[in-house]
Amino acid sequence: MIEIEPRAGVSPRMRLLTPLLAALAALALAAVPLAFAGVPLIESYRQMFAGVFGSLFAFTEMLTRATPLIFTGLAAAIAFRAKLWNIGAEGQLYLGALAAVAVGTGAVSGPGWALTGLVLAAGALAGALGMLLPAALKTRFGADEVVTSLLLNFIILIFVQMMLEGPLKDPMGLGWPQSEPILDEATLPKLLERMRLHAGLLIALGAALALHLVLARTTWGFRIRAVGENASAARHAGISVNRTLIGVALVSGALAGLAGVSEVAGLKGYLTADLSPGFGYAGIVVAMLAGLSPLGVVLAALFVASVFVGADSMSRAMGVSSFLADLVVALSLISVLVGGFFTRYRLRWRARRTRP
Amino acid sequence: MTELLDIFLNESFWTASLRIATPLIFGVLGALLCERAGVLNLGIEGIFVVGAMTGWMAVWMGAGLWGGVLVAALSGALFGLLHALLTVPLGLSQHVSGLGITLLATSAASFTYRTALPDVKSPPRITPFQPLDIPYLSDIPFLGPVLFQQTPLTWLALAMVALVWWIMARTPLGVALRAVGDNPDAVAAQGLSVYGLRIGAVVGGSALMALGGAFLTMSAFDAFFFGMVNGRGWICIALVIFASWQPGKALLGALLFGMFEALQVRLQTQAGAVVPSQVFLMAPYVLSILALVFAARRADYPRALLKPWFRGQR
Repeated sequence: MIEIEPRAGVSPRMRLLTPLLAALAALALAAVPLAFAGVPLIESYRQMFAGVFGSLFAFTEMLTRATPLIFTGLAAAIAFRAKLWNIGAEGQLYLGALAAVAVGTGAVSGPGWALTGLVLAAGALAGALGMLLPAALKTRFGADEVVTSLLLNFIILIFVQMMLEGPLKDPMGLGWPQSEPILDEATLPKLLERMRLHAGLLIALGAALALHLVLARTTWGFRIRAVGENASAARHAGISVNRTLIGVALVSGALAGLAGVSEVAGLKGYLTADLSPGFGYAGIVVAMLAGLSPLGVVLAALFVASVFVGADSMSRAMGVSSFLADLVVALSLISVLVGGFFTRYRLRWRARRTRP
Repeated sequence: MTELLDIFLNESFWTASLRIATPLIFGVLGALLCERAGVLNLGIEGIFVVGAMTGWMAVWMGAGLWGGVLVAALSGALFGLLHALLTVPLGLSQHVSGLGITLLATSAASFTYRTALPDVKSPPRITPFQPLDIPYLSDIPFLGPVLFQQTPLTWLALAMVALVWWIMARTPLGVALRAVGDNPDAVAAQGLSVYGLRIGAVVGGSALMALGGAFLTMSAFDAFFFGMVNGRGWICIALVIFASWQPGKALLGALLFGMFEALQVRLQTQAGAVVPSQVFLMAPYVLSILALVFAARRADYPRALLKPWFRGQR
């Protein structure tokens, strides 16, 4: 019979290798749906690769797609570190975007840097408040934050639709439910000419670095890790678990909110109800692929963005459904879970013990 | 006030309540079965989608309605098996695995649908389950239409409540299932297989969840649409806590929810001019959160829920 045996220690090399192998496994597993769709495999993979690395434009498109994923990946990573299950990044993203258009479309005026700062702050605050509610319901009433944060996603999206058909509707929008455009002064600058890549990426990278330093170097970071690893031990050590969780919730929500700001103020220019194709949920995959490490989130976001952009471009070329990208992303989550198991445990064949 | 009374006195309100409750009855029962055995199954939302898609597609391909039900249950069981293997013998995070199953099942169903029907704007329709319309019984005033003009899947859902209750409360299997979610060590000491019981519960529970999805495409509507599950799975996860993991209360919770939904549809037609329609659309999710907050304090979680158990480690 098979016995599960914990490994003595997890080598750093294994820790790095696992997500890499998981990503490769997920890409390899994509062969199954591709074969099911009846398209030539080698050519499909070639198209996928060319869709990301084939041109400077393709590559910057991948980076543009990675930007919100870094934010939502960080949002999931810090929350999961504290075992706070924030599955509401999708909704918090929309709250951030909503706040960005609420203040950034002409309600306030001022110099460009101040306006950009205000839009970013408003979006982060809105996202933070979006996660504060589930966290408070958890600490105050013991209501499971998984379910509340998930259900809030639906409520927030309907609320956004209500705002886009009501107070925030663009009168010049030809009847489409979309917001007015963000003022030029509030827009995040483009990084390269004729490309869509914008300064949101730099903010995301800065956030990843900051979060890394906070987790690795500060007492607050230590508290987060302590609460996540063993909440009752942390409590005995005099750490206020609830206060730490609320803090984590605020930071996590703010990061997800920034994803929304960056999409609206950096890329789209205005808000529609289909702003996010599931960046909040994909952020969970990013965080898990990254092993919940903030710097790893950047790499994992690049991978997931490559899958999305590459598979999209391949889908168009080969006539395969673009749901393939979602399939590969989901497969990479399952793969990294299984991979994580094998870094921590090994399987052993043993002769069946006889019962006394 | 009289309008409200009119709604309650109208049998169509109660018929609608039971109809709306049906997918939730399947879903809550499925989640209950998994959680009673100690495994949270957040794959539920994706399994609903899979059940809805495969059941409908099987019928469209000529399997017949009951063939479709079987296909839906089996595909739900398959994703349940994957979740069970990841979380039971491997002991991986039930939260993350469940979310992974939801992402995988949703995208697999969508991909299969798009691959089978690449160019259609609107999906082909099937002839869904019709109300049973039992002679004589359906003619009983009030009760007749409410109970006896439902489709067979509603009856199946009610039968499942009875079956799950009977298994849980009256059979040795039920005792073992409850014990494995509370104290797996004790189950193992009895010489029973903790893995076997947990995997079985998750597979069976997932099959039930998939039937909830199948009801949507094969009874409530007649085709598969993206986004048609729309959080029903998550609502079931909230309802199972509200129902304190009891099959009877699960039925009650789903029915209350169905009544509320039926009521708000009727209020919407009356108050639609004053209140934005989105307020009504939000209502089920708000209600679920409120139910959860209300139930959370006295929630008596299965004690081994979320806790992996490994053979040979005491």
